[in-house]
This record gives sequence, C-alpha cells and structure tokens, in this order.
Amino acid sequence: MNPQLEIQLIAIFIATACALPGVFLVLRKMTMMSDSISHTTLLGIVLAFFIVHDLSSPFLVVGAAAMGVITVWLTESLHKTKLVSEDSSIGIVFPLLFSIAVILISKYAGSVHLDSDSVLEGDLVSAPFYRLELFGVSIGAKYIYISLFYLILNIVLIAVFFKELKVSAFDPMLASVLGFSPILLHYGLMSLVSITAVGAFEAVGSILVIAFMAGPPVTAYLLTDDLKKMLFISGGMGALNAVLGFQLARFFDVSISGAMAVMTGVTFLIVFIFAPQRGLISIALRRKRQKLSFGMLNLLIHLLSHENSEYETREAEHCSLANHLHWHEGYARKIVDKLIIEKLIVVENGILKLTDTGRTYTSNEYSKIFNN
Amino acid sequence: MMDILSRLNNYTTIVVALGAAVLGMISGVIGSYSVIRKQSLIGDGVSHSALPGVVLAFMMTGNKSTEVLLLGALVAGILAAGFIIGIVKNSRIKFDSALALVMSVFFGTGLVLLSIVQKTPDSAQAGLSRFIFGQVSAILKRDVYIMTIVSAVLILLVILFWKEFKLFSFDPEYAHTLGFKPMRLNLLLMLMTVFTIIIGLQTVGVILMSAMLIAPGVAARQWTDRLWLMIVLSAVFGAGAGVIGAFSSSLAEKLPTGPAIVVVISIIVLISILIAPNRGLISKALRRRKSKKGWLEKGVKGGDII
Repeated sequence: MNPQLEIQLIAIFIATACALPGVFLVLRKMTMMSDSISHTTLLGIVLAFFIVHDLSSPFLVVGAAAMGVITVWLTESLHKTKLVSEDSSIGIVFPLLFSIAVILISKYAGSVHLDSDSVLEGDLVSAPFYRLELFGVSIGAKYIYISLFYLILNIVLIAVFFKELKVSAFDPMLASVLGFSPILLHYGLMSLVSITAVGAFEAVGSILVIAFMAGPPVTAYLLTDDLKKMLFISGGMGALNAVLGFQLARFFDVSISGAMAVMTGVTFLIVFIFAPQRGLISIALRRKRQKLSFGMLNLLIHLLSHENSEYETREAEHCSLANHLHWHEGYARKIVDKLIIEKLIVVENGILKLTDTGRTYTSNEYSKIFNN
Repeated sequence: MMDILSRLNNYTTIVVALGAAVLGMISGVIGSYSVIRKQSLIGDGVSHSALPGVVLAFMMTGNKSTEVLLLGALVAGILAAGFIIGIVKNSRIKFDSALALVMSVFFGTGLVLLSIVQKTPDSAQAGLSRFIFGQVSAILKRDVYIMTIVSAVLILLVILFWKEFKLFSFDPEYAHTLGFKPMRLNLLLMLMTVFTIIIGLQTVGVILMSAMLIAPGVAARQWTDRLWLMIVLSAVFGAGAGVIGAFSSSLAEKLPTGPAIVVVISIIVLISILIAPNRGLISKALRRRKSKKGWLEKGVKGGDII
C-alpha cells in the first residue's frame, strides 16, 4: 500500500474512533475531561516506563489508560466533597498529575527521550515505517491495524451498550432506577475515552485528541436531536475532517495533525453558520420573520379593537401610525405594505381599515391567543 | 545552613521568586472570579489558543522579542475568548464543549503555522513553541516589571469595578435587571483574565497557568464566605506557592520550577479542603459526630419517658 494512503487511512480510523465516544462527553457536559485525560496519561506512561524500562512496551499504553481512569476518579472524588465545583476539580487534578510527570521525567529520566514535546504533535508521518509482518510478509503499516482496532472497539462497545449509554446520558436517575449502575457505565465510558485518547495521541498529539473528541460531536449536535443520527454524523464528520485535513496538509506541506484540527474548526464554523435549524443564518431569519409576524398581528388587533370607535381617526391614521405605536418608520411601513398585499387591510382616506377577510382572520387569531 | 542561605540569596533565584510571587498573586485575584463563575478552565483554553498568535506575530515581524510575541498571544487569546462567548451565546452548545473545540482548533492552527515557519532555513524560529510552554527559571528582571505593571492595572480595575464584578459573578440576571450591562462586564472580566494568562504564559507555561488561575481561588474559598477575604487569601496563597516553589526548585537538584509551584499550590488546596473551619472535611466530620451523639442522648431520654 502506498504510504500516503496508509497515513490517510490511519487518520480516518483515529478521527472516527475519537468522534464516537466524544458524543457522550458532549452530551454529559464532560468535554474538558478529554483535555484532562490527554494530559495525565503522560504520568501513566512515565510510571509504566519506570516499571518496564522499555519505551516501546505495550504496557505503557495500559499504564496511560489506567491513569486516565484514575484521573476521572480523583476528579470525581474532589467534586463529591461538594467543596469544589466540577470544572475546578478538573483544573486542579490534571495540572498536578502532569506536573508530577514532568518532575519525574526531569529528575529520573533525563537521558530518555520522553518529554512533553513528543506528546504534543504525535508522529503520523513516520507511521508507515513500522510494518506489521505476518509469516514474513509485510501486510501494511502496524498502526493501521492498531487504529482500526480502536475504531472497532468503540463501535462495538457503543453498539452493545447503546441503550444504557443513552439513558444514562440524558437521565442518570432513570438509569439507576432501571437498574443500570450509572457509576459502572460512567467509568466504562471513561475507560473507553482514555484508551481511545492514548491510542490517538501517539498519532496526533495530546491537544489535537481534544479537537477530534469535541469537534465532530459538537458539529453533529447542531444538526440533529436524535442520538443515533448524532453518532453517525459525528463519526462521518470525523472521517471527513481527516480526509480534508490530510489533503490540505499534503497540498501546502504543513503539519498533518494541525491541518486536521483546522478542518475540524472549518467544518464546525460552516455548520454553525449554515445549519438548517440551529445555524446563525436560520436563527436570524427566524427572528426576523417572528418580529414581522408579531408586528402584523399586533397592528391587526389594534385596528380591530378600535374599529368604528370614536377614536378610530386618531388610532388608525396611516401617516402617524409609526409614531403612535412607537415603531420605527421603516418597520411600520413594511408591516402596512405586507398587510395590504395580503389584502387584510386597506387605506381609506388616510385611515387603515380592516377588510372582511382581515376581520375574520384577526378575530380568529385573537381568540386563539386569549381563549386558548 | 550557610549553603542553603547562599543558594537562596542568589540573584536569579530572587528574581524568579519575585516573578512567581507577582504572578501567583495576580492569578489568585483574577482566578477567584473564574472559580466563582464556574469558568475555571478558561485559563487552559486561552493559554493553548495563544500559540497561533505567537507564531503569526513572529511570521509577520520576523522579530522574536517578548513584546511582539506577547501582543500576538494577546490577540489570539482575545479572539479565542470571543469565539467561545459567541458560540455559547448563539447556540445550545455548552461552555465546556465550546472551550474544548476552540482551544484545540486554535492550537492546531498554531501547529500548522509552526510547520510553515520551520521550513524557512534560518534558525530564528527555534523556541517559538517554547514560548507558550514557558520556563520559570528564565524569568528576567524586565519580565517582572511588565508583570508588576499589568498586575497593578488589573488590581485597580478590580477595585474600581468591585461592586459590579461581585454582583455579576454571583447573580448575572439580577445585575442585568439593575441596569448593568452583563455583556460588557463579561467581556471586561474575560479580557482581564486573558491579560493575566498571557503575562504568565511565557514564564510559567500553559499547564501551570491553568493551575494558577484555579487552585488559589479554590483553596481560599474553603476558608471564608466573604468575597474580599477570599480574593485576599487567594492572592496570598498564589504568591506563597510561587515563592515556596521557586525556592524549593533552587534547593533541590533537577526540580523544575513550574511543576514545583503546581505541587505546592495543590498541597495548599488539599490542606484547605481538609482543615478549613466550617467547610473543611475534618470539621464537617466532627460536627456530624457531635450531632449524632446529641441525637443518641436525646433518643435515650425519649426512651426513658416512654
């Protein structure tokens, strides 16, 4: 397989694997836990290294993932004292564990290449150099299989525990009433997040793991209200960002993982602005429409209530209307024009009058509001 | 003993300790507001977001002086904070998700820019990423001056807007009904936080900066329910941790200053949570035991009556 394609595949697998558990982090308002975990795994790696004295040992990954779970446990214990808020607990635990890791490295492992720099950007470019051999035949980059394993692990676990995860994400009380242990689920999810984060940061670095875990789910969150759809969109978005980012990086010859994070931001921004219901544009349009229809109904009811009264001349005079209702001139004109076009009102001798259709329509709307 | 004293009485150590103390103090003060407003992780977010600003400032000017890079970091930090506020205000996305997204995307952008800079043959770009990962032991006298001036301005602002910030931090809706502009106060506080983070960034680095904004405030919160006392205590804890951390790193071999400060402030948090009167875990446990005993005695008396 060509190395470029291999890197692209690894990127897609990793990005998708991160995007899936990220959905639950976003829904449980625990996104920053991924930041915390991706920092503290360094301590896990350091401690595991002190035990096995081998930087390539798979035991380091185990240590890192275990430290992720320990981080979650420490953070929760601190929060459970009710003396420290959740976000502060995160912000106290991870700098401490990270600092201990840095101190240990500089004190005892100064000669080993194990510094915070190397966890920063990851090493996707050199991934194709490490081949997996089966019966003496190279069957592709080792990391392709590793990342595929992480992806499948996530898909399988989330599919199997979908119902449990769903209930506990939206209603932890109900989950525990139904007999799922929220604590067990919580730690299960967090272990999955740690394992995935560790797997991913070898490739893309610790900070960008956060982009992969937070970006696609948040983007999907703006597009749907259905958890299943959100998972699919999130996974798809992750893969899309990986493809676009890698092509961008190849084209401009820049950092691959950085470019993937940039594309995560770009796709989010596009959705944030253009999303069908929750996008900036559709929100603005909806507000404008609501403002207009509110004004129209307002004027109609105003006219109805003063119809044929002695003050009608004063209340419904066309030219002084804006002033009378404290409306902007342009707004008032727009509303009157629109109502005339819809044949709900007419202007007679400078006075606004309801047409027959207008009167029926208004009294209907009026009773809808007040008589429920 | 003389050896220890002479080691502590060394010019570099004293400058580092002074710098750490000023930084600890101001982040203790400003961080108290972030802690109260449950936005403590903003420090982490903004400090990571500074990277593209630092690199871009270098790319545009070719200059690596502290002022230029700080300005770049500041602009990027403010932009990131603006994005976070904008996203939270205009969608159903929560603060923590917006923070995680914005900070990681900004950081990724920084890495992309860094990889462009690194292609240029001259080696002037070396150490740009170091800028946001900081090095406490490299604090210069000039940095301490900059920190002191910025801190003085920030503290002045805190005093000037005391009433507004207090009200806004605890009850933004009420502040709004009283006619204060919550958006403006939010922006001002955010801006002050970004300033604090940026002056600390190049000396203590990203990770330490997020700890310095949170831990002193959390520790101080355990001892008191009054805002002014909390802020004063928080400043003292922050400054104290800075000094102790700096001195202990100059005494011990190969002990990096930044992480040492984090460990010290974390110990202060732990002690506060345990022994603070009223709120502390120990005093809570004692109180519970006493009331249990009281109820038992009453129960016995009740039994006697029956």
